[in-house]
Amino acid sequence: MAGNGDTDTRGNLPPLSLHVPEPKFRPGDEVDFSHIGVTEPGAQPRPDENCEAGETHPLCNDLIRVLGDDNKAHGPWDPKLDPETLRRMLQTMALTRAFDERMFRGQRQGKTSFYMKCTGEEATSISTAMALADDDMIFPSYRQQGALISRGYPLIEMINQIYSNEGDKLKGRQLPIMYSARDYSFYTISGNLATQVPQAVGFGMASAIKGDTKIAATWVGDGSTAEGDFHAACTFASVYRAPVVINVVNNQWAISSFSGFAGAENATFAARAIGYGIAGLRVDGNDPLACYAAERWAANRARSNAGPTLIEFFSYRAEGHSTSDDPSGYRSAQEREEWPLGDPVMRLKNHLIALGEWDEDGQAKMDLEAAEQVKAANTEAQKLGTLGHGMHQPFETMFEDVYEDVPWHLAEQREQSLREKEIKFGKKDPGEAQ
Amino acid sequence: MIEAINDALDTMLGRDDDVVIFGEDAGYFGGVFRCTAGLQEKYGTSRVFDAPISECGIMAVAVGMGAYGLRPVPEIQFADYIYPGYDQIVSEAARLRYRSAGEFIAPMTIRSPYGGGIFGGQTHSQSPEALFTHISGMKTVVPSTPYDAKGLLIAAIEDNDPVVFFEPKRIYNGPFEGYYDKPAAAWRSHDASITPEGYYRIELGKANVVREGQALTVLAYGTMVHVAKKVCEEKGVDAEVIDLRTLVPVDIETIEASVEKTGRCLIVHEASRTSGFGAELSALVQERCFYHLEAPIERVTGFDTPYPHSLEWAYFPGPVRIGQALDRLMADI
Ligand SMILES: Cc1ncc(C[n+]2csc(CCOP(=O)(O)OP(=O)(O)O)c2C)c(N)n1
Repeated sequence: MAGNGDTDTRGNLPPLSLHVPEPKFRPGDEVDFSHIGVTEPGAQPRPDENCEAGETHPLCNDLIRVLGDDNKAHGPWDPKLDPETLRRMLQTMALTRAFDERMFRGQRQGKTSFYMKCTGEEATSISTAMALADDDMIFPSYRQQGALISRGYPLIEMINQIYSNEGDKLKGRQLPIMYSARDYSFYTISGNLATQVPQAVGFGMASAIKGDTKIAATWVGDGSTAEGDFHAACTFASVYRAPVVINVVNNQWAISSFSGFAGAENATFAARAIGYGIAGLRVDGNDPLACYAAERWAANRARSNAGPTLIEFFSYRAEGHSTSDDPSGYRSAQEREEWPLGDPVMRLKNHLIALGEWDEDGQAKMDLEAAEQVKAANTEAQKLGTLGHGMHQPFETMFEDVYEDVPWHLAEQREQSLREKEIKFGKKDPGEAQ
Repeated sequence: MIEAINDALDTMLGRDDDVVIFGEDAGYFGGVFRCTAGLQEKYGTSRVFDAPISECGIMAVAVGMGAYGLRPVPEIQFADYIYPGYDQIVSEAARLRYRSAGEFIAPMTIRSPYGGGIFGGQTHSQSPEALFTHISGMKTVVPSTPYDAKGLLIAAIEDNDPVVFFEPKRIYNGPFEGYYDKPAAAWRSHDASITPEGYYRIELGKANVVREGQALTVLAYGTMVHVAKKVCEEKGVDAEVIDLRTLVPVDIETIEASVEKTGRCLIVHEASRTSGFGAELSALVQERCFYHLEAPIERVTGFDTPYPHSLEWAYFPGPVRIGQALDRLMADI
């Protein structure tokens, strides 16, 4: 065999060994999160948006927090949002949560093949999206439904996509939750992890080449930062000082693998920024005010040609990875309750209450309205069909959009598929036949 | 088939200390399809471990391990995600032996679930095998039964060349015969679900004649073996169905002998048509059996579009498409 595994000649040296990361808690373990450095809200400095990148680097190992246990906002990162904006943020969160609940149930009822919740991570997409301009292009991963909802995208369109029904603008082609909404500056989602990150950099560069004012913001999971694409994105963003914000949502888990398998034991994700010489911030991802403030800071920086920012949102994935996943097989069931940074929706609600701008009744009413709104959209969408009940797209649509024009070989295949349809379903609507 | 794959890995980890397994979620949890379940517990974290979500890294690390003398069995969670690691496979692993004149080799077996039929949408359904068959220096294997999966995987791990081992995920749990609207069968009731205990191997490069016949030769692999066989049975066509099992090196002798006997050839695969592996098979049959052919060679394949989520059933080369091709081929008999 090729190679040299013979250690005999150097027998007095200790054998080499590997470190294979292991999360602190597995199913059945008692959870103790005291090792997580929960910083004092308000204690982190807020450098000028146009500062040298290096000035932010201490913040890459810190944790920017605004909301304290007293439910009040503290320190220089307080974005000082008016109550109206805060209530809108809370309402979007309530709506997103209600949406997740119902779609999860829809999957369990066989109305679609797949769904992914963002429970506990709402602030990382909703508060952040609200800090951007409406026409800044969002390059999402698959857990940013909150960003789309915060931009006012119709819920019914989202459900049509999830149910792959007749109303699905993406013609039933995409996996459920892989939205595309150009009119809402929401880039089409890919199932291939991290590919959107360097694309966002390219979009930002294009905006700069054209002398435009819009920037790009992209989201990626902690696990996906291990992909080469992520590093290519950082390199290009750094070299060209592209107007882009790279948001890493560290929800601690990548399916069954904890963040240690993306290198979290050795460095924070925000600290990746240091190596690339770009600005970096590490933020309490369950603190809606801190999320907003950090995103706004980075967006302003990008918009003033001061360069890109890499933000790590330190959060927790409260639910399973997707409807295909059962987290009880790999992590302690207690983690969710013990998570020291709380729940973003509760924290924002309590903040508004502390400001005297909200109360429990208002919240109950808001939650109910959100549930009703989703239910109504769901009822409407269902009328256009669900995946579990047949195919709702005409067969020939399968051959559209592969190329701009349909070439001869696809035209032939289209004809073939229509002949097959007759044989398979006769005159019946294929929706009924299944 | 999942148990058979697990069994093969278990067998090889037990027999050969140089075998190591890693991939996204492949360690503690045992893989999202559970193919590596229990192995970390049994062999420890230096033999079976989770990998970062970095297909490029997973492939490159396997090349380096191979250069040292290990036999890595890296897993790519879905074949659709092999592309970030593609450069390391085709430019590095596949050519390591050649460019070092045999000084270094990459005896790695890349396992990956592939194919559609589970509503995985366009990013969890592709069949990229042709992209690997085009690359010199590596082998491509696709099992179609639990028995074959175990024997072929053991042979692949023992092979000193890099092997991509594509597992048809539609038939992980049972032999899908092409009808979405009929309840899926389980492997339990199938002959090929019986896998002998312990070590056995099925030589790479040897096809399996799964049904003998005189009128027509069907070349298939993976899920399509079951679908094609079923359609031939249903239509009462006296077809010889060959499960290729290995695409490179393909078992040309078995193919030639069969086509010379039957004079007709149907090629079936799930991957898109243009430049699919069927094109290679068709050329081979034409080159070698031209004077025996009594009808044009037919290809039944997926369409040249991405795999559409809600129209899977329309995309999949199922009984109707195969049946029509059989009719055309048999028209003048
Ligand atoms: C290139 C690629 N490799 C693997 C996968 C399979 N996969 C889907 S989600 C996922 C985990 C991602 O984890 P993370 O980036 O932390 O995001 P999270 O799901 O936690 O939000 C994996 C491995 C994929 N979709 N794409």
